[in-house]
Order: sequence, then C-alpha cells, then structure tokens
Amino acid sequence: MPMPILEVAGLCARYEATPVLRGVDLVVQKGEIVALIGRNGVGKTTMMRCLIGLLAAESGTIAYQGRDVTRLGADGRARLGIGYIPQGREVFPRMTVEENLRVGEMIGRQRGAVDRSRVFTYFPILEERRRQLAGTLSGGQQQILAIGRALVGNPALILLDEPSEGIQPSIVQMICRVLRAIRDDLGTTILFVEQNLDTILTIAERGYVMEKGRIAAEIPRGDISQSNVRKHLLL
Amino acid sequence: MSGDLFSYVYQFADVFAFLVLSAAGLAIIFGMMGIINMAHGEFIMCGVYVTSATYHMGLPLVLAQACGTAAAGLVGVVLEYLVIRPLYARPLDSLLVTLGVSLIATQGTLVILGSTFPGIGTPLGSFDVGVYTFSTYRMVLFAAAIGVLGFVYVLFMRTGFGVQARATMQNAAMARALGVPTSRIYALSFGIGAALAGLCGALYAPTMNLIPTMGAGFIVEAFVTVVVGGASVLLGTAPAAAVLAIIRSGLNAWYGQVIGQIGLLIAVILIVRVLPSGFSGWLARRSAS
Repeated sequence: MPMPILEVAGLCARYEATPVLRGVDLVVQKGEIVALIGRNGVGKTTMMRCLIGLLAAESGTIAYQGRDVTRLGADGRARLGIGYIPQGREVFPRMTVEENLRVGEMIGRQRGAVDRSRVFTYFPILEERRRQLAGTLSGGQQQILAIGRALVGNPALILLDEPSEGIQPSIVQMICRVLRAIRDDLGTTILFVEQNLDTILTIAERGYVMEKGRIAAEIPRGDISQSNVRKHLLL
Repeated sequence: MSGDLFSYVYQFADVFAFLVLSAAGLAIIFGMMGIINMAHGEFIMCGVYVTSATYHMGLPLVLAQACGTAAAGLVGVVLEYLVIRPLYARPLDSLLVTLGVSLIATQGTLVILGSTFPGIGTPLGSFDVGVYTFSTYRMVLFAAAIGVLGFVYVLFMRTGFGVQARATMQNAAMARALGVPTSRIYALSFGIGAALAGLCGALYAPTMNLIPTMGAGFIVEAFVTVVVGGASVLLGTAPAAAVLAIIRSGLNAWYGQVIGQIGLLIAVILIVRVLPSGFSGWLARRSAS
C-alpha cells in the first residue's frame, strides 16, 4: 500500500457560527485524479479552503505526505507543495499574465520550479498574452492562467475548485486534456471539486460524494460512470 | 529675463519635490495598503527629530539623515506589528487608530522634548541666476524626489519583492495560498512607507523649525497628492505632483502663499470631482481603451 499524499480525518470547520464541515474523512493516493462532488452548499469549496489553510480547521486532522499540516498556514502549505486554484480563478487583475506566473514561481524555487516554457507548451495562449493585464482576460483564459500559476510552483498536489464553472465547453475540454497530461508527465496528484458531469467523467478516476458537510459515499476506481455520478449530482 | 524664467522653474521644482517627498510613503501605506494613516506626519517628524539629534551628536548631515530615515522605518515596522496588523480592509478603523498614534506622538514629543528642538542650518549655500539668488539645497531636494520616484518604481515593478507585494495588496488570501509570506510583506511594505516618510523629514530637517506639531505641515499635501494620484501609486504620484505643483507655484508667484494653498485645495476638489479614481485611474482607462 503506497503512502497517501493527503489524508483527512474528522475534519470540522465553520463560517462564523455556521458549521459547514462536520467530520470529513477522505484519502488521496499519490498520482490520483479524484473528484469531490455534491450539490450546491454541501461544503465542497469550504473543504478546499480548509485543505489549503485559508480557513482554520475547528477539529480533525489534515496530513500531507505523512506530515500533520492542520495548524500550518496557507503559505506554509503552499511551500510544501500544495497548489490551489480557487473557485472564480482569483488571478491578480492589475498584474500582467507574466507577473501572475512569477508569483507562482517563487515558491517553486526551493523544490525546483516547473519551467515556464513547459507551462507555455501546455497553454500557448499564456505566452501570447503574457504582457496583458490578467483582469482583461476572458473567464476561460483566467482559468488557464490560474492553473498555470499553480503549476509553475511545481506542486505535488493540486486542489482545483470548479474548473469548468462559467467557461465555454471547448476550453473545458482543453483544460481537461491538459490536467491529464500534467498528471501523466509530472505525476501531479489532483483533487478537484466539480458539478459538470462531462468534466468528472473525462478525468476523474475516483470520487467522493459530499452531503451536509460529510462524505456520504465513495465512488471507487472503475465505477465513475454516467449513471453513478448523475445519481449523486441530481439527488 | 532668464532669471524670471528660471525662478518659475525653481518654484515648480521646489513644490514638486515637497509634494512627492511628502506623499511617497503615504502612497504606499494609504494608496497601496489601504491604511488611512493619520500618523504620516509624525513619521515625518520622527525623521526630522532623529536627523537633528544625531546631527548634533556629531554625525555628518548625510549620515544623520540616513539615521532619521531608518528610525522612522523601524518605528513603522514595530507599529505595524503592534497595532496596524488587524486593520487591513478596515479603513475607517485605521483612521481612528492612526489618529490616536498621531496625538500620542505629538503630545509625547511635546512632553518629553519640549516645544522646540535645535534645528540644522540649510547646507550648500546658494547660487545666482540673473538678479535672483536660489538655494542649492532645494535643487538637491528636487533630485531626491526624482530619485524616490525611481526607487519606488523599480522596487515595486522590477523586483521579486515588488511582485509579491502587489499580489498581496490585490488579493492577500490568494497570495498566501501561493506561498507568499503575506505578514512579512505587509510589515516590510509598511516599514518602507514609514522610512520614505522619515526620509522626507530627514531631507527637510535643515529647512524647518523643529516643533512637535510640524507633521501637520506635511499631511495635507501628502493626502491630496495621493488622492489625486489615485490607486496606482506608481502611475499616479508623479503626474499628480506635477499638476498640483504647476497650479500651486503659479498661484504662489502671482498671488502669494495663501492663495497658492487655497488654490491647491480648490484644484484638488475639482480634479477629484472630474476624475474620481485619480490620475492613475484615468490613465489606466485610457490605455485599456
């Protein structure tokens, strides 16, 4: 049994007085692409924010590469190799594409950054637009930039929150192809939140279904099928 | 005639330097970081007093000025850690807290050091153009203002620190999630802003009477320059200072200092009415379209 890259046990978190995560348990093995699915408001995005450390855990533990990071800040987790691509992209709008990538590159230095030219071969649009202000890019281009910005830091684990939200299908397909290529080429583990059935079916190898702040079901390897996933998305 | 022309240029350069040097630190602390720093004038005063004190202890003027700059920077870092840190994204609270700091600093200085403090004579003498005599040191101040603009531009646009700092100011949570040590970036940026205020004080120390309330003489000009400049410090401060300096030095020359000051403030009101996001907002929109 290989060592899991991410192991979450009994994770609880709240926004102000409202409990959102009520004891989440999940495990991600190195090199896997795992989907976290569920309806709106079940705590998927909160889970991602908690995993990167932007929201403090109330109780429970998060272990990354065998190390307890529950009390570590977001910048510390990023430096250990966790990449975060938030819902809504959150590129730095008044900085150029190139400067956005530079912010991502700085943490990669200690661990050997992914060459920027490599990111440009995955996403040629970023090279074409490298002097443009990120705030003037289209939604799809901003999503690509947010992925590129995480990737140049050479993360071992990417947390990706709703990559397809509000983006035209052709770009979503391209993003899915690249995510798979990144995993195949670099061995990067990907945990992603998604509601889009096609995206889940295209790249997920395994899935967790969230309901009311807990993991309600696991979809094991080989069982990611249209009927299985649809059942959980529409329930 | 050439004396008259040079006189206008000199007056402009003098006002421009004053506006840029007063505003540079505030442009970082207020313009970039969003802290409405009412204690900005007291950072400047700190630079003045430490410069004067170390000068009278026997240091050469330039070293004394370096001490004044560094002292204000250190005070800034400590203050950021102790009271400013919880106030990011809370501009009105920051106004209240820094106003308190300002009052404590002014009154504390009065109580401890008294109402006056030994000054420094203006160095470097003077030069003549036509029938007029000009202070050489005022030209040094103009050069220093250009230098400060260049320094701020290079620091924030060309260095790794600058990229991380701008990322932090635009979206601190996302910057943190990308590994940027945002607490350190905030402390350093605040310290640099305070040090630039200290530098302003250090540079003007030889031209002023040292009294505990002297910060008030800088703070209005500093705020109006930053507000007219708009959110982008790097784009806005220089053109704002240039336009305001033209208005003020022109009015000074023709109608005297009082009208100059009044005219400056009226101009600011009009500019902010027409360009609510300042010169940099206007420039950014023009370059985007």
